[in-house]
Amino acid sequence: MKIVIDSDKCEGHNRCYSIAPELIEVDDFGYATAAGDGNVPAELEEKARLAVDNCPEFAVTIVED
Amino acid sequence: MTDLTSDESAAPSTDPVTDWASDYDIFDPDYVTDPFPVWDDLRAECPIAKTERWGGSWLPTTYEDVVAMARMVPELSSSDPIVVRPPDDGPSDHGDGGGSYHTVNAPPISSDPPVHTWSRRLILPYFSPKATAQHEPFTRQLCHDLIDAHIDSGTIDGAAEYAQQIPPRVIAHLLGVDPEKADDFTEWVRGVLEVGLSNPAVRTKYRIKIREFFMGEIADRKKNPGDDLISDLLSAEVEGEPISDLHIAGTCNLLLVAGIDTTWSSIGAALWHLADNPQDTRRLVDDPSMLPTANEEFLRAYAPVTMARVVQEDIEVQGCPMSAGDKILMNFPGANRDPEAFEDADQVIIDRQRNRHVAFGVGIHRCAGSNLARMEMEVAIGVFLERIPEFSLVDPSAVTWAGGQVRGPRQLPIRF
Ligand code: HEM
Repeated sequence: MKIVIDSDKCEGHNRCYSIAPELIEVDDFGYATAAGDGNVPAELEEKARLAVDNCPEFAVTIVED
Repeated sequence: MTDLTSDESAAPSTDPVTDWASDYDIFDPDYVTDPFPVWDDLRAECPIAKTERWGGSWLPTTYEDVVAMARMVPELSSSDPIVVRPPDDGPSDHGDGGGSYHTVNAPPISSDPPVHTWSRRLILPYFSPKATAQHEPFTRQLCHDLIDAHIDSGTIDGAAEYAQQIPPRVIAHLLGVDPEKADDFTEWVRGVLEVGLSNPAVRTKYRIKIREFFMGEIADRKKNPGDDLISDLLSAEVEGEPISDLHIAGTCNLLLVAGIDTTWSSIGAALWHLADNPQDTRRLVDDPSMLPTANEEFLRAYAPVTMARVVQEDIEVQGCPMSAGDKILMNFPGANRDPEAFEDADQVIIDRQRNRHVAFGVGIHRCAGSNLARMEMEVAIGVFLERIPEFSLVDPSAVTWAGGQVRGPRQLPIRF
């Protein structure tokens, strides 16, 4: 599983970051990107799904392998 | 503490509403106390309501419509986010295209792109998760001090003596201004945003106080630059040009006005819920790690803020003909109660896992201070529960609410 952030949609709510800080990086302006290569370890899959379901901008998606 | 005269702070007088779809009143006392049934009815029969009251406006009530309209840029402008219009003869300082908020330019909330884009970018770094975490120890100590002052008495006003005391001090800390100013801030902001919302003369009086204060701070920082937000803005450049004093004063005004009433309303509403729902209090006391999730639910269920947009050219939305100049209330609180968007939308479920709420807005005007607000709420509620794990309302009928465009409890007597 991979987590992907659409930076055209991200408005910096930081909901994903507060739910899954292991998977998300935030820049100085508060905009999010996937940490590293975006791969989601099995134990964080539920958190990744929650990050998707709590984004008010629909900017977070998951790509299943 | 406040020199708002009783005349100034009298509740706005309203004629009774008989038809909410065509004649709603955001200052109606029953609506202020309990707007939820009104939104539920409107969603079912006429999802975008209209009124001529208070200068006239439209009120969307579904999640889909509110979110869609928040994204309608540039068709809908943020140039005047308050519904009730100021007196025509009032002085205006729309200096540099920053727009007007309570008749003061208040970029970025009162501006549209392109001014919005750079003026928002200027302040965002002060509100990133990392930057706001720096204010947490100060906030935590402040909350403990407030509780210390009341812990032996067995009662506290959760709004006036607790929630209202926190954001003005955190903002003073963030802006690097005299902490003794916090009580003045409280009065000024109530003068502008609570009382002044329906009384433009009061609004004008207090906005002048705020502007004079910040113009003084700016003059002071020019002589003695420090390591603070105002000094940084003074040395910032946009496309090689310095930023005007008026723009900086406008942004400081916004941080004050947007950061105080809103956050204390959220903290107060959460305490009101907990005082009345001991089972939720118990769960949070037993497991404080639930607090961030619960906090999002309090924000969803009791979202305090409704800002306005101005229609730029005649448009039709969901069959409603909106004319240039019409105002639209961005009903984020109503969107958050839409059963199409949230399961059991009318229930407060403190461990709600899927919660795409829009209490902080959506799109380009997403609350720039949302990380700070969340931190303040989590610390304020966390410290309250740690120190006062069991509490209840002294008298549910003694609780009063302010409303209009920022809704929250103003008197909240709590016993413990
Ligand atoms: C729980 C507390 C708060 C709530 C519910 C809230 C809500 C909102 C909402 C809904 C908007 C969007 C308005 C629109 O779409 O026109 C907004 C904008 C804004 N808020 Fe907040 N706010 C809160 C606290 C704060 C704090 C603590 C600060 C900073 C000190 C702040 C600063 C701002 C700023 C600067 C904007 C304008 C952003 C822009 O236009 O780009 N807010 N807020």
